[in-house]
Amino acid sequence: MKFLMSVAAALALTATASTFAQKSAADGIAEYRKMLEDGNPAELFEAKGEDLWKTARGPRKVTLQQCNLGLGPGVVKGAWVQLPRWFADTGRVQDLESRLLTCMETLQGFNAAEIANTGFDKGEQATLAALSAWISAESKGLQMALPQGHADERRYYELGKRAFFFRGGPMDFSCASCHGEEGKRIRLQDLPNLTKNPGNGIGFAAWPAYRVSSGEMWSLQRRLNDCYRQQRFPYPGYASDVTVALGVYMGVNAKGAESIAPALKR
Amino acid sequence: MQRKHRLITAALAVSGLMVGCATGPSSADLDQQAMAMIKAGFREQGIAKTDRLTQDLGQAACSGPNPPPEAVAEKIQAEALASVKWPEGGQYIGDWREGEKLAQNGRGMTWTDSSAAPGANGAQCYNCHEIDRKEISYGNIGPSLWNYGKNRGVKDVTDPHSAPIIQYTWTKLWNSKTYAACSNMPRFGHAKLLNEKQLSDVMALILDPRSPVNQ
Repeated sequence: MKFLMSVAAALALTATASTFAQKSAADGIAEYRKMLEDGNPAELFEAKGEDLWKTARGPRKVTLQQCNLGLGPGVVKGAWVQLPRWFADTGRVQDLESRLLTCMETLQGFNAAEIANTGFDKGEQATLAALSAWISAESKGLQMALPQGHADERRYYELGKRAFFFRGGPMDFSCASCHGEEGKRIRLQDLPNLTKNPGNGIGFAAWPAYRVSSGEMWSLQRRLNDCYRQQRFPYPGYASDVTVALGVYMGVNAKGAESIAPALKR
Repeated sequence: MQRKHRLITAALAVSGLMVGCATGPSSADLDQQAMAMIKAGFREQGIAKTDRLTQDLGQAACSGPNPPPEAVAEKIQAEALASVKWPEGGQYIGDWREGEKLAQNGRGMTWTDSSAAPGANGAQCYNCHEIDRKEISYGNIGPSLWNYGKNRGVKDVTDPHSAPIIQYTWTKLWNSKTYAACSNMPRFGHAKLLNEKQLSDVMALILDPRSPVNQ
């Protein structure tokens, strides 16, 4: 209840601010985020995610505590700010969600392809959203530091860059149409320039996030999925290589940016 | 002699290895890999079919951080101009009130929209442009269109002196790539995003002297 009242008050404040001066719209939003700092609903998902990590689940009834997110089996703290990265056991560059699918299949016996084809928030996709919230929260305040030591990590950066600039669809949009320059907006929504480090807690360093407008916890994959929807592209496969490569491109560009995930978004 | 030869061979092998490491796949290889990755990465959903990933000349040439060579840009622009269809019966100017509604409407052509027919689409203008100053929620990817017609001396849309700017604007809306090969603006007529009636209403919004945009 207290949370809802704060949201209402903050939204009113945002509306008032933008009536007087458009430039202050972003300030108003920042202010309402500040007001909600003690009550980001993402925390509920974090708690659920931690619980899911430690609970014996799946056909094999085991936990995810032996899952290697890149820093060794079971190491969660600091893992998020180094993903996507290359994994020796799969021989692939994987983002968090791709990696979680691997762990859920190899450790717990789930069918990864089946989960990848499940709609967001349904079935085990809800598990992935909660796990994303908790795992990213365990890196809160750390700087983005994606490794580029392996040849495939560097190759994925180059492929992600090409995907970022790829124009298509009925409106000729690419990621760069909106996110290739400084100081741009769609309506009043600020658009970070993702071809470089857009700053602490902005762009790549702000996702996963809880979205107040839809009341949903969005993982990075879901964020990219909705970008492509608005780009008028066909549907990107969940944890597909192209989405992982985009993550490498944006994450490496954001090197040094402080992660605030899971953030709070409008 | 034998030993020296072996050393040289070893040195050459090492340097060859290092060159291999430093260069990695060529830029052309990466282009090809990226294309395959993109084609494999998407599936159709509702009205959003995978043919949306098939690029035409302009989309392909404008898919990098740098603009295409001048000759390519000129070809794109010439093809764009040739694609422009003039309105039936010379009906360039419709109803600015309908134009404002279309300008406000940002819907259409996503996989959650049920129809790809132009009638189902908005014109999305405010997403990127300031138009009527009363609307403060506007984007800035494109230039301001406030007083668009007034600033260009349009006092009467039927006056022959207005014809060049009217035809320029129709062309820009029909195929934005006519004047800038890599324009960020969609090709509203060419890509069948809006029909002629809708385009004429948007035209009226920014060109009609009676439109609030030109006060």
